[in-house]
Amino acid sequence: MKTVSSLLDDHWYERYKTISKLNIRSSIYDVTDRCNLRCKGCFFFSSGEHEAASEEKDVGKWHAFVEKEMDRGVNLAILIGGEPTLCLDRIEAFYKRLPTFCATNGLIKVPRDRFPDMMVGISLWGDAEDETTLRGKDTFKISSAHYAGDPHAYYLYTITPKQLGKTEKIIKKIEGVGLKVHMQLLSNDEAVDGFSWTPDELVTVRAEMDAMLDAYPHTVISSKYYHEIITTGKMLGRPFGWMECPSVTDTIDKRDPRPKRLTNFIRWASDLKTVHRCCTSETRDCATCKDGAAHMSWVMVNKRAHMRSAEELQNWIEVYEMFAKLYQFIPW
Amino acid sequence: MDNDGTQTITRIAEIIINALQLEDVTPQTFDPDLDLVDEVGIDSMDLATIALVLRDEYGIRIDEDDYPKLTTVRIIAEYINTKLTSGE
Ligand code: SF4
Ligand code: SF4
Repeated sequence: MKTVSSLLDDHWYERYKTISKLNIRSSIYDVTDRCNLRCKGCFFFSSGEHEAASEEKDVGKWHAFVEKEMDRGVNLAILIGGEPTLCLDRIEAFYKRLPTFCATNGLIKVPRDRFPDMMVGISLWGDAEDETTLRGKDTFKISSAHYAGDPHAYYLYTITPKQLGKTEKIIKKIEGVGLKVHMQLLSNDEAVDGFSWTPDELVTVRAEMDAMLDAYPHTVISSKYYHEIITTGKMLGRPFGWMECPSVTDTIDKRDPRPKRLTNFIRWASDLKTVHRCCTSETRDCATCKDGAAHMSWVMVNKRAHMRSAEELQNWIEVYEMFAKLYQFIPW
Repeated sequence: MDNDGTQTITRIAEIIINALQLEDVTPQTFDPDLDLVDEVGIDSMDLATIALVLRDEYGIRIDEDDYPKLTTVRIIAEYINTKLTSGE
């Protein structure tokens, strides 16, 4: 029988031991229905999720809600939106109690005197031209001024097909302001012309992501296996999609057979009662979903499937480490 | 019930081997002290599957809160024996 220690040498086994005890239980929270941008292709607005519930305004209820979430075993709160930084008191209800990650477009600076070590993921959709086309402005100029050199912040760089051949420029820009970057792919939920991936482009972007990781290993937080999974949509020969997705809200997951999934995962709307289908757009076609977190989690919940060989288990470890770094469970 | 628990251990090993379709191991060669999570790679969903089979076989209920404690076949056997003895 293959066991972890029979597959790994001492170096990899040490790395495995560091992450194997983490037992991360995440859930995702819409902090607000509002945003100070309106990006084309934003899944939150394009799928009408901002209208799914009206946000809870009583901060006391947010505090009580977080307590209940912790009773459910949640040990990582992933805050999304809308734009969470519009509601700092609600963020604080999480941050005071448990490891918290806050996604933001970076236009408002998270006050570090109030949230000294909260991990912040700043969204970036490409160069100034793409940002202006898709988001109405070049957010990098503002966000980089807010977060330059911040050890608890990184860029979540959503690569679009238009970015092919240009990713290095962006990575260098990010490195230049002393931040890390994690790459993901645009799912183009609003079918903006020219922003959907073709099979050839996916092959090219995979090679480009690999090259960026090789060239900027201290800036890019990623793994080649993650690049493979997200660009091919396949893991160990299995296609990604609804029947494999690990990030479906637990309370509405009626899939049969139930796939390996995130334990007790729920994506809550900002009324603290309504739940969304999954970690991303309610209306997205799972067959073309490129959600980075869902693909990462897909690997993570399938540990035993990766125990066929040392190489596969090492791939699994690298993806787990990447996730643990992005959410600050292990250092960069 | 066997006194030394060997029979229980072998049967639990068999259940795990079948449930997880483990290869190159028999109930007799399965190391009862092998860490199931860290070494065999089982997760809480696997444990839930195994818990259902154990419930049917031994007529005991395994609390989800107890899953993290059930790290080896020997510990599971002791857990079952304790439950059976206390009539829970
Ligand atoms: S900043 Fe984020 S939440 Fe706001 S519109 Fe853009 S993608 Fe949507
Ligand atoms: S859209 Fe993506 S994240 Fe949502 S259920 Fe489908 S595959 Fe999963």
